[in-house]
Amino acid sequence: MRVEVDPDRCAASGMCALTEPAVFDQDEVDGTVVLLDPAAVGHEREAREAAHLCPAGAITVTG
Amino acid sequence: MTETLHSELPVQRSTALDPPARLGELRATEPISRLRYPDGHEGWLVTSHELARAVLADRRLSNRAELQHSPIRVGGQAVPIPPPAKPGMFLNMDGTEHARYRKLLTGQFTVRRMNQLIPRIEQIVAEHLAATRAQGPGVDLVEAFALPVPSMVICELLGVPYEEREAFQRDTREGFSLDNDFAEVMAAFDRIEQYVADLVARKRETPGDDMLTGLIETGELTDEEVANMGLLLLIAGHETTANMIGIGTLALLENPDQLAALRADPSLIDNAVEELLRYLSIIQIGPVRVALEDLELGGVRIRAGDNITLSISAANRDPERFPDPDRLDLRRPAAGHVAFGHGVHQCLGQQLARIEMRVAYHALLREFPDLRLAVPVSEVPMRVDMGIYGVHSLPVDF
Repeated sequence: MRVEVDPDRCAASGMCALTEPAVFDQDEVDGTVVLLDPAAVGHEREAREAAHLCPAGAITVTG
Repeated sequence: MTETLHSELPVQRSTALDPPARLGELRATEPISRLRYPDGHEGWLVTSHELARAVLADRRLSNRAELQHSPIRVGGQAVPIPPPAKPGMFLNMDGTEHARYRKLLTGQFTVRRMNQLIPRIEQIVAEHLAATRAQGPGVDLVEAFALPVPSMVICELLGVPYEEREAFQRDTREGFSLDNDFAEVMAAFDRIEQYVADLVARKRETPGDDMLTGLIETGELTDEEVANMGLLLLIAGHETTANMIGIGTLALLENPDQLAALRADPSLIDNAVEELLRYLSIIQIGPVRVALEDLELGGVRIRAGDNITLSISAANRDPERFPDPDRLDLRRPAAGHVAFGHGVHQCLGQQLARIEMRVAYHALLREFPDLRLAVPVSEVPMRVDMGIYGVHSLPVDF
């Protein structure tokens, strides 16, 4: 699995960090997405869920 | 697809906790249907989850105020198209203009920041539950608990003196009333605007450790912009969560099996909050989006300028997305509801609202093991007359 994020699209809703804090975090200053683990090891299902929930379409999951 | 022009947005509810049944009929037959707006505009109404999500995510659809026709009457009258959003009123802006303001706030509302507030929110909740108990059986849970808790939290965050709440709480009620004359509604919002503008001037004189001061100190905003951003946060911050705490409690009391499950397993609380958000969907009017160009949606042709009104409650009761949708089930996978919206305008304060609801419901049930309605449910005054649904009051015994 490969997770990619686009901070420029991100609306900083926090849905990804809420859904899987082991894979996603939020920038301290503007709250936009910070990717902690691009392979989402052990959290594949949650990473897909986060991509689906993202309101701004800023998360892409492939593989 | 047939395109019957429906004359009114369905608002008539037959039960306290369910959306108007007509919305469900429309969702089953015409998930995007033609709607005649009170001012004569011929636009659309969306009732399915899939289309609601698509509309909210589509950047060809605008949230600009000056393009919007109101889908409802206020005080029995069609209301005029609003002027463009004032500086800082970013809810009704698009694109980079919206993003510029939103990004100055999003760092303040992250999951981590909100988690750090839990101890203080627990303290505020405990104080108000003690005061609720002191008032004795028959107490109105809205007045004693559901409204003051989120009011105090947002006041502390923004730096609004809590003792000055009475006027802006009253004006918020006036402003969201669908029965008031439109002029009264506008006057109420003007008064809150003036209040926040004065407060920003005070903050410039005497800075505090709070969000309004933080916005001033960015050096990127005029006082008018800070005031309008603060106004949005102040209104959104207390009115919505207060109503969720009130009507959420009623929903739990009316579903004793679910209440018992939550009491037996408090770890259900996170999902219980998501399910209550889905099930209750208190934003009962709109949101509205406006096509900036001709486009196709759900098999129909939308023309530039067409208004599309979404029914959040219908979308969140869509059986295609949530099986057996009219059942409150605190264990169902409820994530993916659109109670906070979707797209770039999705609720900025949603992580705060989640924390407040979790702490409030959890402590309420723990402190009052025998909580029950003090009146028959048919006598609970529902907010059918307000833009945001809920209970006007909730008399309880314990």
